[in-house]
Amino acid sequence: MKLKTMVLASTALAMAAGTAFAQDMTIVSWGGAYSASQNNAYHKPYMEKNPGINIINDESSAEAVAKLRAMNEAGNITWDLVDVVASDAIRLCDEGLALEIDHDKALAAAPDGTPASEDFGDLIVSGCFIPQIVYSTTFGYRTDVDEWGGKTPDDICDVFDLETFPGKRSLEKRPINNMEWALLCDGVAKADVYDVLETEEGQAQAFAKLDSIKDSVVWWSAGAETPQLLADKEVVIGSTYNGRLFALIEEQKQPVAMLWDAQVFDLDGWIVPAGLSEERQQRVMDYLNFATDTQRLADQAKYISYGPARQSSAPLVGKHAELGIDMAPHMPTDPANAKNTFLYNYEWWADYRDDLDAKFQAWLAQ
Amino acid sequence: MSDTTSEQVLTTQDGKPLKQALASALRREKMRALLLIAPLLIFILLTFVAPIVDMLFRSVENSIVADTLPNTVVAMQEWDAASGNLPDEAVFAALYDDLGVAVKEKTHTRLGSRLNYEKTGMSSLFRKTGRRVKRMDEGGPFKEQFIKADKKWGQVETWATLKTFSPRYTSAYFLSAADAQLTPEGVKMKPEEQQVYLFLFGRTLFLSITITVCCLLLGYPIAFLLAALPLRTSNLLMILVLLPFWTSLLVRTSAWKVLLQQQGVINDFLVWTGIVSEAGRLVMINNQTGTIIAMTHILLPFMILPLYSVMKTISPTYVRAAKSLGANDCSAFWRVYFPQSVPGIGAGAVLVFILAIGYYITPELVGGTSGIFISNRIAYHISSSLNWGLAAALGTLLLVAVMVLFMVYDRIVGIDNVKLG
Repeated sequence: MKLKTMVLASTALAMAAGTAFAQDMTIVSWGGAYSASQNNAYHKPYMEKNPGINIINDESSAEAVAKLRAMNEAGNITWDLVDVVASDAIRLCDEGLALEIDHDKALAAAPDGTPASEDFGDLIVSGCFIPQIVYSTTFGYRTDVDEWGGKTPDDICDVFDLETFPGKRSLEKRPINNMEWALLCDGVAKADVYDVLETEEGQAQAFAKLDSIKDSVVWWSAGAETPQLLADKEVVIGSTYNGRLFALIEEQKQPVAMLWDAQVFDLDGWIVPAGLSEERQQRVMDYLNFATDTQRLADQAKYISYGPARQSSAPLVGKHAELGIDMAPHMPTDPANAKNTFLYNYEWWADYRDDLDAKFQAWLAQ
Repeated sequence: MSDTTSEQVLTTQDGKPLKQALASALRREKMRALLLIAPLLIFILLTFVAPIVDMLFRSVENSIVADTLPNTVVAMQEWDAASGNLPDEAVFAALYDDLGVAVKEKTHTRLGSRLNYEKTGMSSLFRKTGRRVKRMDEGGPFKEQFIKADKKWGQVETWATLKTFSPRYTSAYFLSAADAQLTPEGVKMKPEEQQVYLFLFGRTLFLSITITVCCLLLGYPIAFLLAALPLRTSNLLMILVLLPFWTSLLVRTSAWKVLLQQQGVINDFLVWTGIVSEAGRLVMINNQTGTIIAMTHILLPFMILPLYSVMKTISPTYVRAAKSLGANDCSAFWRVYFPQSVPGIGAGAVLVFILAIGYYITPELVGGTSGIFISNRIAYHISSSLNWGLAAALGTLLLVAVMVLFMVYDRIVGIDNVKLG
């Protein structure tokens, strides 16, 4: 009898505790240093403010589009918020897998009262997309290559110049960015790149330019590969995300420098999966309102060298939380770094991606 | 005579004919056996067979066009793409009705990405038209309004593509998987610079066979040694064979990277000993060599274990008998021992080959461009391009290829000759 009451009592207690603490929120992101920066800048302060919420990190962003589609077909959405690159956000929106957002209603205004949609400006590339950071795909090179005779690359076309800068390069195993850079270095003007790339001849021209360095290229598919290849001296120049190179140069103190020329800006941000229950959706929206305000976006830049997506956050970017160095000069958006940038055309790639990828893979396999 | 036999039918105690009683007893027995395995059977059917069949079915399924644009598909039946004229106003009106519904349900962009696999530009066409269709004049005429919204609606090819892919079932994915394509004019091979899948199928088979042979050459002596040594020593060696099983696959693959890369351990050693010059460092990774080495290492236990368990059962007395009858070591091994170990080779080879043909993470990491498999493309279409139909078609072809090879293998080696222990 006594035992029974005790069991009952403890069950009741456990259930009470359960209802008070079990508000889990699953947030999907990229893992590594990037997730850590979000954890420090957004998740921790939010959970302090809202002790009833427990944020669970899932590191599945790389396969988020496929998984969301599978969840949608199975009718069971287990994610509450997903961090994706802009092109994936457009695709998810196209497929009806992401929720359309009224940016001004859902997100906080800037401190001076500018509505969110103006504060983010052009970076809202899709109705479902809430921009978070601006990052860039750019090159890093080793500063201790003897064969270069003291010269250092300062132009994107130096990547294609095997005579002045011999050695292996690493490029991403996909057509995006590589095709554009190849055309830029084959005499095509920046404004005409996509017009040229639309034609068969233009594509052949880009492949021909890439052919000239094909034998010296190591192809990567994960962002961590280029920093590792550079550190191991396997390659002398390589493309990757600028934040990865920052970690290699400033945190690991490797003899590597940035080549910012013709860096390709891209965006990363949040989408809310379509089909969440009313209650879950409300919880996510509350988190989003907090995590994308001006101060929070600026805070993230303390931990990783990606530019905050709000204009109003830029002046608030301070020093690195551990290294104590100024972060502004390491941002892809810093005027000194952004002298020559290339804008990635999302609409264009949404159309040409399937076709060019097939051609690119066939070209690689040859 | 016949009367007496029919009267003398053997019966059980309760008067039932013995034959029937036996049959029903056997049936009950069978039912009981079936019930016993029912949980497993249902589990496998639900979690394994059903999803695979569902996934493979996607390789021919194409109802998205007819579901999203039902009226347009019906209205378009009369229209002939070969005529060179645009469809008439009725088709455009049907398209207007269909898109109105599709935009509300947000399915038009999904259709756009589906058709974009077949014709570049369809994705933006549907996205753009979806935005414009709300502002169109309900009274028509729709033809002009659509062409004004996007000039692609004024091109016959757009409509021809729509018509070609309007049936609910399509061979397009399988054709794509075989480097061909379905065009309004019929089936055509893709242009040469886009052909990649048949080539990759061939490479996958070639590399898998090479890996299987490498595993056999390395695994056979080890299994032989394990079976011949006393139990205490062989147990210790067995742990060494099993050790890789307990290490993460990614760790093992990354370890090969560290060893094989140009500034890696092996090259450093070779340069230090002077076997190769600083400039002549060997390229052993990010190509086929890397894939073969890493995968042989990873799959080696799957060859050793069946070999070992078969060899363990071969009695040493046979070899001794052969020797006492005058055979030398070599012919005693070749004519007496080896034939008895063939079932182990068969089992090991099938196991390694089937695992190798579907591998994708190791080739992705160490294969560069010349060492990747067809499974890498399947993974790409599943997780990145979202072209699940093509992924399903490639997967079906791979499955069929494996089954055909399995039948050939059965003819040559005989599946009864395969023993796992």
